[in-house]
Amino acid sequence: MARTREQLAERAAKELQDGFYVNLGIGIPTLVANYIPEGMEVTLQSENGMLGMGPFPYEGEEDPDLINAGKQTITEIPESAYFSSADSFAMIRGGHINLSILGAMEVAQNGDIANWMIPGKLVKGMGGAMDLVAGVKRVVVVMDHANKHGQSKVLKACTLPLTGTGVVSRIITDLATFDVKPDGAGLELIELADGVTLDEVAAKTEADYSVAAGVA
Amino acid sequence: MRKIVSDAKAALEGLTFDGMTVMSGGFGLCGIPENLIAALRDSGVKGLTVISNNAGVDGFGLGQLLGTRQIAKMISSYVGENKEFERQYLAGELQLEFNPQGTLAERIRAGGAGVPAFFTATGVGTLVAEGKEVRNFDGRDYVMETGLVADLSIIKAWKADERGNLVFRKTARNFNPMMATAGKMTVVEVEEIVPTGSLDPDHIHTPGVYVDRLFVGQFEKRIEQRTVRQKEVA
Repeated sequence: MARTREQLAERAAKELQDGFYVNLGIGIPTLVANYIPEGMEVTLQSENGMLGMGPFPYEGEEDPDLINAGKQTITEIPESAYFSSADSFAMIRGGHINLSILGAMEVAQNGDIANWMIPGKLVKGMGGAMDLVAGVKRVVVVMDHANKHGQSKVLKACTLPLTGTGVVSRIITDLATFDVKPDGAGLELIELADGVTLDEVAAKTEADYSVAAGVA
Repeated sequence: MRKIVSDAKAALEGLTFDGMTVMSGGFGLCGIPENLIAALRDSGVKGLTVISNNAGVDGFGLGQLLGTRQIAKMISSYVGENKEFERQYLAGELQLEFNPQGTLAERIRAGGAGVPAFFTATGVGTLVAEGKEVRNFDGRDYVMETGLVADLSIIKAWKADERGNLVFRKTARNFNPMMATAGKMTVVEVEEIVPTGSLDPDHIHTPGVYVDRLFVGQFEKRIEQRTVRQKEVA
């Protein structure tokens, strides 16, 4: 059984560690906030200028001066801090954020990622994605294994314009989890989703990969 | 008191000309200079290059200046919320330069700080780096990006004192502080002007040296994505 959106978010939450400062992308990555383990100190960064992001407000308590990077109304919590966009990206570019969990259109076996533009379709812009993949210490991609046409999104080489080169450390899909080995050494399958077989992943993956010991 | 003017129209008096470059603060619709955008629209100034993270929505924020076709070029990081923008861009009526959000913020910060260019790892190996100098420092490649300045910066702050010292509120700060430094002329709209001396000098975000004109605006503060949770039942 492939992982559901919630199961993907729950699996991605295992990437969190006590004391981490984390930036979550839009979509499934945003759901990771619902699975932060009780008692773990994780601080969420919103690149429009906030550390310590709280949950959505109660109805009637929305504040137009308080939004996240997806322009959704949010709340502050006791540890919150606000800052400018320049300070926000100084902490991203300067390597002060421990982990970024992002969605992607394609990821390649050398850690390249494409998630901002499809030629011939309307381009909305890269927002903060290029800064995040270039600057955050560890980049984990959470995405469906295949696109809506059934084609593998885990590739030998990206076909879409890149967001960053050699920046992804781990890929979590609805079928499996891969580590991107350093220095272009390729992908290693480290985990299968419950009920998914190695044969199924092999049939649905365009990229080359090795299989870690003990995975079957 | 010399910086304080009556309203947005008075604040732009003598500052606008066709083909000028304008920086406009805000992220989405949060912390945008609503009054000054409307006054720019009413001024009829044309051929604008607008530097702003986003382009507003149809009929609000910078969307108003797109509706009247006063904008010739946008420098932004994300413009996904605007149908009129899409139409004009696809019809070739509007130029668009995408910058990564952090690169845009730093280009503005650098421009205001007198730094003509800097190197960043953001965008190396992507379309963003095409045609730009790439240099290796300590084994990693970085692309050169230039500082940005504008003829006019339009800014939204929460409070000001009579000398133009500014305080922003929550995530409405965003691009406003850097843009305030990078305009040849900087005009600020605020919710309240308080007597000089009543703001704690340690809590001022933007010192008045950057502010040329100042007024109290009226704010709609439209919310782009209203998201709420239900009260837990006890």
